[in-house]
This record gives sequence, C-alpha cells and structure tokens, in this order.
Amino acid sequence: MTDTTSTPLVQIREVTKRFGNVTAVDRVSLDFLRNELFAILGSSGCGKTTLLRLLAGFEQPTSGRILIDGVDATDVPPYDRPVNLMFQSYALFPHMTVAENVAYGLRKERVPAARIRERVAEMLAMVKLEPLAARKPDKLSGGEKQRVALARALVKRPKLLLLDEPLAALDKKLRQHTQFEIANLQYQLGTTFVVVTHDQGEAMTLASRIAVMADGRIAQVGTPGQVYEFPANRYVAGFVGNINLFEGRVTGVDGGRMSLRCEALGVELAVLSDEAIAPGSAACVAVRPEKITLSRQAPETKDRNLVKGTVWDLAYFGDQSLYRVRLKNGTELQVSAQNLRRSAKLTVEWDDEVYLSWEIASTILLLS
Amino acid sequence: MSDGTTNDGGHSLRWLRRMVTLPYLWLLLFFLAPFLIILKISFADPIVAQPPFTALLEWGEQGFTGLKTTFENYAFLFQDGYYGIIYLASLKMAGIGTLLCLMLGYPMAYFIVRQPPRRRQILLLAVILPFWISFLLRVYAWIGLLNNRGLINNFLISIGVIDHPLTMLYNDFAVYLGIVYSYLPFMIMPLYANLERLDLDLLDAAADLGARRWQAFVDVTVPLSVPGIIGGCLLVFIPAVGEFTIPALLGGADTLMIGRVLWDEFFINRDWPVASAVSVVLVLLLVAPILWFQRLQRREQEAAP
Repeated sequence: MTDTTSTPLVQIREVTKRFGNVTAVDRVSLDFLRNELFAILGSSGCGKTTLLRLLAGFEQPTSGRILIDGVDATDVPPYDRPVNLMFQSYALFPHMTVAENVAYGLRKERVPAARIRERVAEMLAMVKLEPLAARKPDKLSGGEKQRVALARALVKRPKLLLLDEPLAALDKKLRQHTQFEIANLQYQLGTTFVVVTHDQGEAMTLASRIAVMADGRIAQVGTPGQVYEFPANRYVAGFVGNINLFEGRVTGVDGGRMSLRCEALGVELAVLSDEAIAPGSAACVAVRPEKITLSRQAPETKDRNLVKGTVWDLAYFGDQSLYRVRLKNGTELQVSAQNLRRSAKLTVEWDDEVYLSWEIASTILLLS
Repeated sequence: MSDGTTNDGGHSLRWLRRMVTLPYLWLLLFFLAPFLIILKISFADPIVAQPPFTALLEWGEQGFTGLKTTFENYAFLFQDGYYGIIYLASLKMAGIGTLLCLMLGYPMAYFIVRQPPRRRQILLLAVILPFWISFLLRVYAWIGLLNNRGLINNFLISIGVIDHPLTMLYNDFAVYLGIVYSYLPFMIMPLYANLERLDLDLLDAAADLGARRWQAFVDVTVPLSVPGIIGGCLLVFIPAVGEFTIPALLGGADTLMIGRVLWDEFFINRDWPVASAVSVVLVLLLVAPILWFQRLQRREQEAAP
C-alpha cells in the first residue's frame, strides 16, 4: 500500500520544458510516493505527455530537477534510468516474438541467458501470455499486445513504471478488466505506477492520487475523492465529473458560513467556507448533479439551498436518470437521481415543475 | 517495398488488382514477348542470311515437319570459359557497385527521413533531379570530369596537389563511379520509403529498455529496414549486371561486362543465336535473386502462426 512516511520515490522540482516559445510544462513540482498508483489527468495538449517523456528521459527539462530515489536523474539518459514506460502505441518490436520483446530489456542489461529465460517466463506467466510466447506482435489482439507491453516494461523491475494512456486503445469491456489487472499488478509488485490519461474515469478508478494538469501546470493534486468533492478551482471542477457552475457575489460572511447572490439562479445561496473573503467580491458556486434532490413538493429548506424549475429533458439509464432542469430565467441545471424504487413510471417526468435542493455542505465555493 | 505487416481490406485489394493488370499487359507485350523471341533465337543456328539465324519451325511440302532446335549455343557458352569469367566479373562489378550504393544510400536515406517535412521534400527532389537529364548525357559528362585533361585533373594540378594527371577514366574505378552515380537514387528511394514508416516510438522503446542509440539502430532500425535494403539492392544490382553504357563509355578495354559482350556478339560477330543464349542465361541468373527475395518475404509473412 501507499507508503507516505518515507521520502517520495520521485521528486519533480520546478520543472519547466519549453519547445521554442511554447511552454509545454510550466514550473511543475510533484512527488510520487513509494508503492503508489498515481494518475496524471489532463486533456490533450495539457503537457502530461511531455511530463511523461521528461520522466522517462526522452526530453531534458529547460529548467528544474527530477530526483528519482533521492538521486538527481535530470540528465540521466533513458537507457540508464530505473524507469520504464509502457507506450500508448505499445511500441512492440514487430520483428521480435513476444518472448524476445519481453527479453529485450534484460538482454541490453547483459543478464545471463538462463536468467533471462527464467525472468521472461515469470513475466509472461504474470500477464498470462505463456502460450503466445513464440508469436509475433501482429498476430496478437489489442489486449494481448497491451499485456506484452506491460510485461516488457516490468521485466527490468523498474522503480517507476510510466503508463501512457494504457487503456485508450482497448474496447470498453476489456478496459474495465485491464483496469483491475493493472491495479492488481501494482499491488503485487509494489512498484510505483504513474498513469497518464485524459480519461477522468480511468484516473479515478485506478489511482490512489491524481494530479490534474492544465496548460502545463498542476491544477490540483489529491485523492480521487478530494479532487472530485473539493476541486481546487473552476478548471478541475469542470474537468473532473459533471458539475453545475455559477458565478456569484459574496453578500455576507458569518463565521464558517457565507452567502452569495447568484444572478443566474436568481437566488441567494449559502456555502460553508473558511476562506477569508470580503463581502462584495466575486466567487463561483458549484454543485454536483448527484448532490441535488428533485421533488415536486416543496422540500425542507433547513441547511439547504433551493431553486425552482421545470424538467426540460431527461435521460433514463435504468439505475439512474439524468435530468436537465430549466429555471424561469433560462438557466439550466443538471441533476442525476438514483432510481431507488422499482417502478416503470418515474416520479418526475417531462415538463414537471420541480424543486431542486441540495445541502449547504455539498455546495462548492471556487475562488479561482 | 511491403514488409508484409499491413493487411488491407478486400475492397482496396480488388481495386489494386485491377490497377495492376495494366502494367502486366504492358510487361507481357514488351517484355515477355521479346524475351520469348530471344529464347527462340537462342536455340537456332547462325547463318549468313537475313535474319541471321535458322527458323525454329521447319516447313516441308506437307506443311509443318518438326522443330529445329540446337543446344549448341548453350554448350558453347559453358565450354568456352570466357563467358563464365565475364558473367562472374559482371556479377562482381554489379555486386560491389550495389554495396557501394547501399553504403552511401542508407545514411542518405536515413538522414533525409530525419529532416523536417519541407527540407525532406527538397532533398528528395535533389535525389531525383538528375533524371531530368538523359542518362547517356550524364555518363558522358563524367568523361569530361575524369579525363586526364578533365575538370578534376586540371583543378588538382592548378592548385598544385598533383603534377601528373590521375588516371581516373577507362578503368574499373570509373565504372564503379558511374554505377554508384547512376543507380544511387534507386537505392535511396526504397530505403527512404521504408525508413519513413519506421515508428519512432520503437526507438524510444529500445532506449527505454536500455539500448543506446547505436544499439537501437542495430536492433530495431536495421532489421526493420531489411525489405528496403533488399528492394534497393535488387533495383541497383539487376540493371547493373547487364549494364552496357557505363562500361562502354567509362570502362577500359579490360573492363569485362556481359553487356559489352552482348553488344559484340550481336553487332560485331553477328552471331545472334549465341548472343541470345548469353541474354537468356543472364536473365536466368537475375531471376534467381528475385525469387529468393520473394520467398524471403513470403516466409516472413508466414513466420508467425
């Protein structure tokens, strides 16, 4: 399990990478702990791939240092780093068999042949590929290729394994299965895994900690729960999961409780916050769709925010339904509701007038 | 050059087949038919007549009476050691020329592929540019350059590097130079086409797994470019074996190449049957490496179960 007591395995210190006048990675500082499964999450072009290539040693940072296991590895070439990468394209050598692919890293390390055979067999067993050892990559399915790539990257027992969009090329069903496999492997091996992905679902389910990247910077680092429930800023709130976001203005501060006037909602909302913020300043309020309760009767309003609207659209998924509710002034909110009762008829239907309410504690205040 | 890894859909394959039919017709008409004529002549006897060989089919008063064939021409080729030596000499010259082309062409193709797209286009154009001038003229131009009083010698003497002109013309050196100069683009093009498709992730993967740059080159780039190497070598080797112009213009009297012998047999000795036999043997010699290449490719495709 994640070991938080000792020094981090990898310390990225103020790393910047520029290509011409494009800053791909901008003063990033980040720690990967020992034995953790970390995810770097961001949309394409956010700099996550560059950060990955910096960690693997394919690129040199313009400034900043990267320490691996306490040793400055900034200028260590890729072939000397205790780091291996599983490529998004898998990058299997097409002219080598599965076994030769897996053996390649050990051969370059000049491991004795008998020992190589042993290790390769061990790795192939681990990813359940022994029967395919003699095949060439072009005779493998996508999932099999992915496992070869994983075995090849793990065979040298790297201190850090980087996985570039490990599930992107797999179909949905295989993806779920592979997700568990990767998490399982990480747990068994105790190696630090860093997954780079644009898929927030992938990051949430796989990782014990997530760094959200935007425009070359780290927007937030935290557990999936922290990132989802306590987003640090508007970008993270919008990128991770669905959210309703509204601009507002602080009207009153009372201890840990704050009230904001939200023009888009046409109401005053209450938020819990310890932030020192002056009345009159602008702030953003957000609430996740699943935190909102829909009801046709006026609900209890103690410690709850309340607005009123009309169901404009609904999507039924069986286990849950997703509603789009329109307020009088045209503002739209997303609400998701678990379909807890077995009934062919929904309690709330199209064009129903509904009350939307959510706990004050579920209301997110975003200052940036 | 196909590396046999791509597997196109049936539709594009059918379309491709239709497109390929046309060149096949062309080859049938202008390659296979003339070859069959040559083959026929190679089994005839030389006579002083027009045409200077006996007919294949004999016609009597009752019509067709039989085939008149002789293997004497072939027997002559094998009995007279002269032809064997020339075949070997031609293979050797073409082989060395091909190797030189490979040694020069591989780094060039590799370099061009690594350039940014715009510069790549320009460099490729530069490789093909000589084709805009007639091959014969370009070979002639080398005479002007390599001559005892040619540009190179004059220049070297004028700057005092040498006192006497270097003999660079009418010897094997000039022939090799001519072959490398003329056929280099045929080496570069298939190599370029092959190296361009190399997935650079593979080199990164090799580096990631502990390979230094040269090791990644040896372990990944070279094996994956083998189809390009073989393709380029065949494109150079095959025409070079039968090359006539270059040894005729740049070679010395002792430069023996089968192309010149062919010329002599046809136009000086006027022994068309022997000349035809010489060409038939040449074609058979060259078909061997092509078949070998095709078998290699097929085996590569079938290598994995």
